[in-house]
Amino acid sequence: MQYLISVIDDEESVAADGDGSASDVEAAAIDDFNERLRNEGHWVFAGALGGPATATAVDNRGDTPIVTDGPFLESKEFLGGFWIIEAPELDTALRIASDGSRACNRKVEVWPVLQE
Amino acid sequence: MAGAAGVNDVEDAIVRAHRDEWARLVASTARRFGSLDIAEEASSEAFATAVERWRAEGIPPNPAGWLSTTATRRAIDLIRRENKRDSKHREAMMIVDDEPHRSVGVIDDDRLRLIFICCHPALAMESRVALTLRMVGGLTVAEIARALLVQESAVARRITRAKTKIRQAGIPFRVPTAKDLPERLSGVLAVLFLIFNEGYLATGADTPAMRDDLTAEAIRLVRLVRTLLPADGEVAGLLAMMLLIEARRPARVSSSGELITIDEQDRAAWSRTLIAEGHSLVRERLAAGTAPGRYQILAAINAVHTSARDARDTDWRQVLALYDQLASLDPSPVVALNRAIAVAEVDGPHAALAIVDGLEGTLSEYHAFHATRADLLRRLGRATDARESYDRAIRLCGNAAETRYLLCRRDESAVRPPASEPIRSTRPHEEASP
Repeated sequence: MQYLISVIDDEESVAADGDGSASDVEAAAIDDFNERLRNEGHWVFAGALGGPATATAVDNRGDTPIVTDGPFLESKEFLGGFWIIEAPELDTALRIASDGSRACNRKVEVWPVLQE
Repeated sequence: MAGAAGVNDVEDAIVRAHRDEWARLVASTARRFGSLDIAEEASSEAFATAVERWRAEGIPPNPAGWLSTTATRRAIDLIRRENKRDSKHREAMMIVDDEPHRSVGVIDDDRLRLIFICCHPALAMESRVALTLRMVGGLTVAEIARALLVQESAVARRITRAKTKIRQAGIPFRVPTAKDLPERLSGVLAVLFLIFNEGYLATGADTPAMRDDLTAEAIRLVRLVRTLLPADGEVAGLLAMMLLIEARRPARVSSSGELITIDEQDRAAWSRTLIAEGHSLVRERLAAGTAPGRYQILAAINAVHTSARDARDTDWRQVLALYDQLASLDPSPVVALNRAIAVAEVDGPHAALAIVDGLEGTLSEYHAFHATRADLLRRLGRATDARESYDRAIRLCGNAAETRYLLCRRDESAVRPPASEPIRSTRPHEEASP
């Protein structure tokens, strides 16, 4: 099944890095980690995200789409990036996530992608 | 089968089968049908059918086999019904584990898989407790609610939430790999210890001081884990510790509902059988010659206490040496607090108070910290300070019998001069870190 590994960024790590992007050391570790994901057949997709200031909320549940600057909820923690991985079950996904957390030097969360 | 069996015989047979076979039945059904939900429902219905049929037709020659066949049939019915309701589910529901059993270096038993899935670290602790009691222990939702003093609906919610997470997040039904096993097993033991502790010193102002059903269930579950992992030292240690604590239960609360500390307990009321079994497990671990983990050390501490015929004969140097060993393994403040109690006996209350005062920052919300401090202050003749600490302990204490004990000590400390009596902590040498 597929899992989303979301990378939790916060104001602290943004302050430490200047702009919230990965440092050179982190970037190198992430590259190694990605390489391993591909070699071991877990890789599906991954990406780093722009900061909360670059996000735009869109709500088209009403009559007309409403476009608003920024995420709906401003909070100290935000989604900094993600991996989508393929893993047979949660224990494997957690082991991968723990290596991913080490590589990007951030807290991560593991979410199952529901299967149809 | 000739005629109907006696009602009592049938009831005995059902109770015995439930005790011996429930976990195995749930576990094997869960593996075969890939669903805890179906396993739980099919197993309870198999027992319900047994009550009816065994009464009418007699107890089958092989009750376990009968229950297994009945549960399997029931599980297949449930799957058919699911399929009619939602054909999309068909494939998911039919994940039948037809892989041959692979050996993973430890005993590969369905019940062990069941225990590990119920105590998975990705589940909330309260869900792990409820799920383990339901799936492995076979307690009903109502029984669990009564034991944990929460609403039935809350227990049902915890179990449902856990089962949904297991299904949707893909928590595997298997014994962890050899590499992960020690850590995962220590997670399982933590759940069982929590169940025991909740029964042993129940929280809630108007609750009985101890709930035997929970301590008994915890011991039964650890015995099961020990059957499955007989070579594991920490499993043996946890069982020994529980037995040695349980052995003192008859002497722990006075007829007026007040906690009696170990130094004042009537040692003749302790259970010799449980103590003998606990001591024999501790000896077995000592003979193994491997470095002990925390539960083995705690068991050894309890063995020292239960070896003394009189509180005054307690080998406190041995207790302190064991706490030194425990503290090097687990430098937590709660261990340091319990160690300080042994220090008070070996080096006097002054030395102990210095250690306890150093823990103020981290343990200021823990009632046992204030109770221990109060007792040390009392022994040093600082009555006013002692009283203040008793007051803080009473405010933080969750157990009715313990509160009564603390109130009593507080009032005594106001009128009595310090005596050279042994220290009283409300939970002496029994509790590991919360």
